[in-house]
Amino acid sequence: MNVNQSAPPVPPFGQPQPVYQGYHQSSYGGQPGSTAPTTPYGAYNGPVPGYQQTSPPDYFKIKSLGIPGWFSGSVPKVISQSFSFCPLPSGVSRAPPSSEAPPASTAQAPCGQASYGQFGQGDVQNGPSSTVQMQRFPGSQPFGSVPLAPVVSQPTVLQPYGPPPTSAQVTAQLAGMQISGAVAPALPPVGLGYGSPASLASASGSFPNPGLYGSYPQGQAPPLSQAQGHLGAQPPQRSAPPQASTFTSPASGGPRMPSMTGPFLPGQGFGGPSLSQPNHVSSPPPQALPPGTQMTGPPGPPPPMHSSQQPGYQLQQNGSFGPARGPQPNYGSPYPGAPTFGSQPGPPQPLPPKRLDPDAIPSPIQVIEDDRNNRGSEPFVTGVRGQVPPLVTTNFLVKDQGNASPRYIRCTSYNIPCTSDMAKQAQVPLAAVIKPLARLPPEEASPYVVDHGESGPLRCNRCKAYMCPFMQFIEGGRRFQCCFCSCINDVPPQYFQHLDHTGKRVDAYDRPELSLGSYEFLATVDYCKNNKFPSPPAFIFMIDVSYNAIRSGLVRLLCEELKSLLDFLPREGGTEESAIRVGFVTYNKVLHFYNVKSSLAQPQMMVVSDVADMFVPLLDGFLVNVSESRAVITSLLDQIPEMFADTRETETVFAPVIQAGMEALKAAECAGKLFLFHTSLPIAEAPGKLKNRDDRKLINTDKEKTLFQPQTGAYQTLAKECVAQGCCVDLFLFPNQYVDVATLSVVPQLTGGSVYKYACFQVENDQERFLSDLRRDVQKVVGFDAVMRVRTSTGIRAVDFFGAFYMSNTTDVELAGLDGDKTVTVEFKHDDRLNEESGALLQCALLYTSCAGQRRLRIHNLALNCCTQLADLYRNCETDTLINYMAKFAYRGVLNSPVKTVRDTLITQCAQILACYRKNCASPSSAGQLILPECMKLLPVYLNCVLKSDVLQPGAEVTTDDRAYVRQLVTSMDVAETNVFFYPRLLPLTKSPIESATEPPAVRASEERLSNGDIYLLENGLNLFLWVGASVQQGVVQSLFNVSSFSQITSGLSVLPVLDNPLSKKVRGLIDSLRAQRSRYMKLIVVKQEDKLEMLFKHFLVEDKSLSGGASYVDFLCHMHKEIRQLLS
Amino acid sequence: MATYLEFIQQNEERDGVRFSWNVWPSSRLEATRMVVPLACLLTPLKERPDLPPVQYEPVLCSRPTCKAILNPLCQVDYRAKLWACNFCFQRNQFPPAYTGISEVNQPAELMPQFSTIEYVLQRGAQSPLIFLYVVDTCLEEDDLQALKESLQMSLSLLPPDALVGLITFGRMVQVHELSCEGISKSYVFRGTKDLTAKQIQDMLGLTKPAVPMQQARPGPPQEHPFVSSRFLQPVHKIDMNLTDLLGELQRDPWPVTQGKRPLRSTGVALSIAVGLLEGTFPNTGARIMLFTGGPPTQGPGMVVGDELKVPIRSWHDIEKDNARFMKKATKHYEMLANRTATNGHCIDIYACALDQTGLLEMKCCANLTGGHMVMGDSFNTSLFKQTFQRIFSKDFNGDFRMAFGATLEVKTSRELKVAGAIGPCVSLNVKGPCVSENELGVGGTNQWKICGLDPTSTLGIYFEVVNQHNAPVPQGGRGAIQFVTQYQHSSTQRRIRVTTIARNWADAQSQLRHIEAAFDQEAAAVLMARLGVFRAESEEGPDVLRWLDRQLIRLCQKFGQYNKEDPTSFRLSDSFSLYPQFMFHLRRSPFLQVFNNSPDESSYYRHHFARQDLTQSLIMIQPILYSYSFHGPPEPVLLDSSSILADRILLMDTFFQIVIYLGETIAQWRKAGYQDMPEYENFKHLLQAPLDDAQEILQARFPMPRYINTEHGGSQARFLLSKVNPSQTHNNLYAWGQETGAPILTDDVSLQVFMDHLKKLAVSSAC
Repeated sequence: MNVNQSAPPVPPFGQPQPVYQGYHQSSYGGQPGSTAPTTPYGAYNGPVPGYQQTSPPDYFKIKSLGIPGWFSGSVPKVISQSFSFCPLPSGVSRAPPSSEAPPASTAQAPCGQASYGQFGQGDVQNGPSSTVQMQRFPGSQPFGSVPLAPVVSQPTVLQPYGPPPTSAQVTAQLAGMQISGAVAPALPPVGLGYGSPASLASASGSFPNPGLYGSYPQGQAPPLSQAQGHLGAQPPQRSAPPQASTFTSPASGGPRMPSMTGPFLPGQGFGGPSLSQPNHVSSPPPQALPPGTQMTGPPGPPPPMHSSQQPGYQLQQNGSFGPARGPQPNYGSPYPGAPTFGSQPGPPQPLPPKRLDPDAIPSPIQVIEDDRNNRGSEPFVTGVRGQVPPLVTTNFLVKDQGNASPRYIRCTSYNIPCTSDMAKQAQVPLAAVIKPLARLPPEEASPYVVDHGESGPLRCNRCKAYMCPFMQFIEGGRRFQCCFCSCINDVPPQYFQHLDHTGKRVDAYDRPELSLGSYEFLATVDYCKNNKFPSPPAFIFMIDVSYNAIRSGLVRLLCEELKSLLDFLPREGGTEESAIRVGFVTYNKVLHFYNVKSSLAQPQMMVVSDVADMFVPLLDGFLVNVSESRAVITSLLDQIPEMFADTRETETVFAPVIQAGMEALKAAECAGKLFLFHTSLPIAEAPGKLKNRDDRKLINTDKEKTLFQPQTGAYQTLAKECVAQGCCVDLFLFPNQYVDVATLSVVPQLTGGSVYKYACFQVENDQERFLSDLRRDVQKVVGFDAVMRVRTSTGIRAVDFFGAFYMSNTTDVELAGLDGDKTVTVEFKHDDRLNEESGALLQCALLYTSCAGQRRLRIHNLALNCCTQLADLYRNCETDTLINYMAKFAYRGVLNSPVKTVRDTLITQCAQILACYRKNCASPSSAGQLILPECMKLLPVYLNCVLKSDVLQPGAEVTTDDRAYVRQLVTSMDVAETNVFFYPRLLPLTKSPIESATEPPAVRASEERLSNGDIYLLENGLNLFLWVGASVQQGVVQSLFNVSSFSQITSGLSVLPVLDNPLSKKVRGLIDSLRAQRSRYMKLIVVKQEDKLEMLFKHFLVEDKSLSGGASYVDFLCHMHKEIRQLLS
Repeated sequence: MATYLEFIQQNEERDGVRFSWNVWPSSRLEATRMVVPLACLLTPLKERPDLPPVQYEPVLCSRPTCKAILNPLCQVDYRAKLWACNFCFQRNQFPPAYTGISEVNQPAELMPQFSTIEYVLQRGAQSPLIFLYVVDTCLEEDDLQALKESLQMSLSLLPPDALVGLITFGRMVQVHELSCEGISKSYVFRGTKDLTAKQIQDMLGLTKPAVPMQQARPGPPQEHPFVSSRFLQPVHKIDMNLTDLLGELQRDPWPVTQGKRPLRSTGVALSIAVGLLEGTFPNTGARIMLFTGGPPTQGPGMVVGDELKVPIRSWHDIEKDNARFMKKATKHYEMLANRTATNGHCIDIYACALDQTGLLEMKCCANLTGGHMVMGDSFNTSLFKQTFQRIFSKDFNGDFRMAFGATLEVKTSRELKVAGAIGPCVSLNVKGPCVSENELGVGGTNQWKICGLDPTSTLGIYFEVVNQHNAPVPQGGRGAIQFVTQYQHSSTQRRIRVTTIARNWADAQSQLRHIEAAFDQEAAAVLMARLGVFRAESEEGPDVLRWLDRQLIRLCQKFGQYNKEDPTSFRLSDSFSLYPQFMFHLRRSPFLQVFNNSPDESSYYRHHFARQDLTQSLIMIQPILYSYSFHGPPEPVLLDSSSILADRILLMDTFFQIVIYLGETIAQWRKAGYQDMPEYENFKHLLQAPLDDAQEILQARFPMPRYINTEHGGSQARFLLSKVNPSQTHNNLYAWGQETGAPILTDDVSLQVFMDHLKKLAVSSAC
């Protein structure tokens, strides 16, 4: 029904949308409109108030803003839900429905729907999503239960489990079919409206999540649904959507659970774990009712409702909600499991059965899929202020029309509270994740280089901001007003240009700095160190030649590789030859420098044993041009492994090595990069000497933080000197035991370098990975001797920075080196009021030396909206970025506070954010209901992943070094990397047809989703596992591993045999493409089900309870809900 | 023995000893009244082609405090097979090997003609000689090239089994590893940081393998190379390598900006060289050969900063206490020198530069260890090249004229004590019964270490007569002194040379004439000069001169014959007659006068003065002047301005310079080209004669003198003019009539004036 109704609306939206483009929200308006008339806003507004008086105000605003987009995606689902739930929503929502089908949906959406839709996917709504669902299911299928559930609610659910194996897909499809039947109508309409049916479909399929995200891009249909979803009134406007995303699970859950469980149990039967879920599912229904439930005593009424609706709805939306009810009881159970939460001793009420249905709680997979479908197809145009970009997991193109591409800057929120009070209230961190030298896809042009000649870039006299599109030209173009500090500056004569009638310079589009978000200036000599143009940078390879390095074959391998790798040093576009010079050092307890001057017949080795007071023994001939000195270099690289072949030296030094490299650069008066290949704890007598202080007993004590702190301050001092010289350090570690990564990585960390760690390196096993990383690291374009400064418009200011860099004052981020993978996260705080009119501007200026030795300034500008309503804030957030910030914040916190404190802080902050939303933005509802903002509905699951990460909650097998390593890795990760790092991608390999060229849809990272008849790939940017189920078909085993049975597969295998069959090709192709997406080579590990290694693998199934005590997603959600409730009360 | 002159000469030839007094005053009081101390110049390794070493070990006196060696002066009881030590009178049993001894079957050491005898020790490991080149690379290109060639050449002169090492320095110090194939390898040290020996050895990786080294010693060296084998290799094994390595030596690559001196880490380089040898071959003969082309400008031992606008210290600065690096640098090098000496190694300094190179500060390195010091203008001169080559000259046996790690022990009979020694030695601080409390030179010991010496190395050894006046030695009694020199011969054998001499005692009151007649004024002049120079190292120049003057006056008062207050009556006997003249020239010599000399030059001159034998020392004090003319064969003439005549050619040998000076007329003739005309062939011969004679001197002299060929009015004529006695100056030119020589433009007093004053003072009763 709904669907049908919704369909009609869609078209209308579609129309409006085009107009608004940027503002998807408008679409919402559209939707409502569509339902009633076509008129977008007016109409909607009208309805809204009508629907819900309570919330209206907020919504109105929203509408006016035109932000609505949110809900669009979810609309269809909502609708479906709404109907089912009618009871509750009816009050509010019904009205809408009556007016128009879609609206109606919105009404229901009120609470549950929109939000749930996403979760519910599997469930009821799945049905609706129908076609779309089809697609999803595959994804969800892994769980098996999901698809089924949707169709026939419980029964279906059961089936999935049973079939899981290969047939699963089919069933899923079938299920989808059925659903589609029901839903089909809805979808089509959408498709029409949008023009891109596919995307729509997906959106609808994902109902809940997609809806939200989808809304942005597509805006149209979905918005409505979502909006509506929450509260009848809200629906029209975005407000609704946000609610949608929230789930009120727990509250009522208790009572219902039983009933719910009952049905599910069967389903559970199939998959052990699922059982609990079913329970949740059951509870959800009540929530689904949510609107109602929330409002009133949830438990009571809902149950009935659920029972009736459950089949369809529950799963999806309810799932999410359901939990809420169950909560108390549930909590009890979950917590025990998760010690961390200790605080929640709460009511360990009995029943494990009463749990949320995992399928009913927000699914990252679904959200990602939906966003992909909704926003992946059209370019993201940056012309409009405050637009939320597509998710990092979505492939999209960017058109720079005045704001920096999200590839360069992503914000936690694109709508900043106007006042610090608001910001404090919301507790949403305001941060930007900046990747100034991000690599762009080939389709996007790299920033233009602007040369202003001798006068240099034009800047504001007062705040020194650089000319940018936001600068306001006045007085006929003779002056300009700084958009950051409002200072009025004269336009220098040579830069003068007339203004057109809109007040824009006539040449605005000819000048990148007046029309683009990102561009570069050529720096003048004033921007150079010592007022001298820099010389081209240098690379120095510093190779450990102690016993361990020789024995493992590392030295030989490395020398061999360097011979060819030196031909691929980064060069600036077009140039034949890289300007970068190279030098070589080997070391153990002493350092060996090599003179490889081209005029020499043989390289000369110079040993420096005075490690206490390092210096560079030679100048001429140390740093050479590769092509000129090739013969000598080759000879050197040939000889190094021979010279040290029978070394017995096991001790190494470390700090002196860096010192030496730095001194060499200083002597050569250039910036550069050191590539250090190091094997062991530096115990030789020298500065920076370390002792083995690894002590697992410290874990979970107040002293645990010392494990992350460097042993000695010497490295910080050294790093400081390195930074001053523009000496970036990349460290490749090959430890066989504890090497104190926490200390060794200090210098790379502070100089903008990278650390690579290859524990127990063996040439046979790790060659591929190391060489691949090395090649990539050597070849990547780097900026040297960089200083980054983030300027903001008056009202906010950058107060905190995270990443691999050094700061000697509070504003300038100094980076000895900065490559395209390095990210700096910047936190902002208010120091004044912001103006809604003018918004908030960011300008990130990076002064650096290019790899050809050119001094440049790269400027990124970004304009954000400001809001006076919290709802706007919550509607424009980006959870992935938020998690990036929170993870970095937490990972830095462990240096100074006990890990437990850090974790509690995270949880508290998260709870506060959500509670604030609940209190201020969500429609009134029962306290038992968990309501999450649409944009943040994944916050709990992601946050839980952060909490469970090795750094914050180490398992027994995680070494201190691993934790330190991960800690520093995360520090400079960008959003995409943190996203997958914390929530790994799990791809089923045998479910989708072999022929399909696209990546198989991911499934949720939970053991329940694994079927033992399948093979899965799991990756998180660092690790890559191939999990083989115990009952995988022999044919598959044969074609993939070239062995005849499961038992013959070598556990821990790291390379798949190259076989000429479609499956093998596809899997290997997939692995290759995954690797290509990541900045580091992921070594493959084949894990067999029930094998020892499986423990390792399971560690990455982040939705499950972890061995180290990390809570499962469901448990955590319950806990979170409890926290929120506590805050609210 | 007919005359004392012959006696003295004979003694010198046989024993390498010249005493200031050949008859000794018998009491302390009298001895001090003699003014010139009882002392001797000892040339421990004087070449004795007629003295084959004996292949057994010396027989020692059994008294632990004595341990004198059996010598011809001992009384021997052939029947009882006993001998009495002539120093402590201990009676000793002959060792079993001497059972066949009898009056007719005496061992060599008992024969009077073997008052000097050399023993070859059979025990002890023989380790090869070691040559460690320490090469400055902050040189001009052609200088470096010349130096490299000299070094390469030297490889062929070394004994094939000698170990050789190479350290180069500039801003950094590089210790080259010589054993590696392919990549040439060196250890680099920062030039600004002083390191302890232990640190150096650690950094060179010499400490750990110490154990294997010890094990390797007994075995064949080839199979178990020494630890240090990486840095010190037998010449025959690596001469190709090293030749290439030297060939590839580049100038110090560090840029030197305008107005700066190159950074030169001489101090650290030396320190490392010392540390390297210290750790690997202590107490083995080794030469550290430092080749430097400029002053140390950084690190410990720096002598001057790298700013060219600040000139290197001059005597003026030193007097004004304005040489800010001097004390510190001197201390650094002294510390090194002492360490080196302790290890028995020696340091040579070859400094070739137009400006000073810091020899003043570094002098002790050569002085205390018996190393050579050579100063030149450039490595690209024959002066350096030939001098360097001459280091490796061989004696009649084909052995290198160098010995290492010597200790000189002096034993005296009871009436005498040892007051000290002056020469290229360091004290071993052995207090024996024969050590005097009064020190002259390096005293307080009767043993000294001479780490490097050659057949001409000569020490001045000063004694004190301690016999009290009231306990006169028996008439006809003789005092005896035994010099025992243990050293490592260049053939790597350990040898001991023993010289035992005896002189008569005489009562100064009754037998003054004997004593007077036995005065060796040449030896006395040199010994006094050594004392003066030794004092000059630590005292103000004028004080030394005053001291010297007073000594001279006192001597004249003591031994002159005169009527009081009547200068004209003053006479000196033959054996004293030349002494005042020596003193006159000594006062003017660069050893005591620093005017017109840089501190480096002074150090250089003093270095050589303190180690050359008597003849050479006398030349240094009073240069020799030969005159060539058509009037007869070349004749020695007075070192006086009156000898500078227009029709003469003069050849002056000052030891450090050979000056050929053409008189005005001769110069004009030559200019006119007469020598090329057949009819004036005799003129050609005349021109040639001094050249030939000069060549002869040049051939024999070490170090090679500066060879100056000049003529009347030539700028280089100053070398001659500054040396001659200024009997004619612009002050008295006309008083002396015309045509009798060349006036010297100086205010210095002439010998005549000096003598007049001396006489006046000597006869005056005032002092």
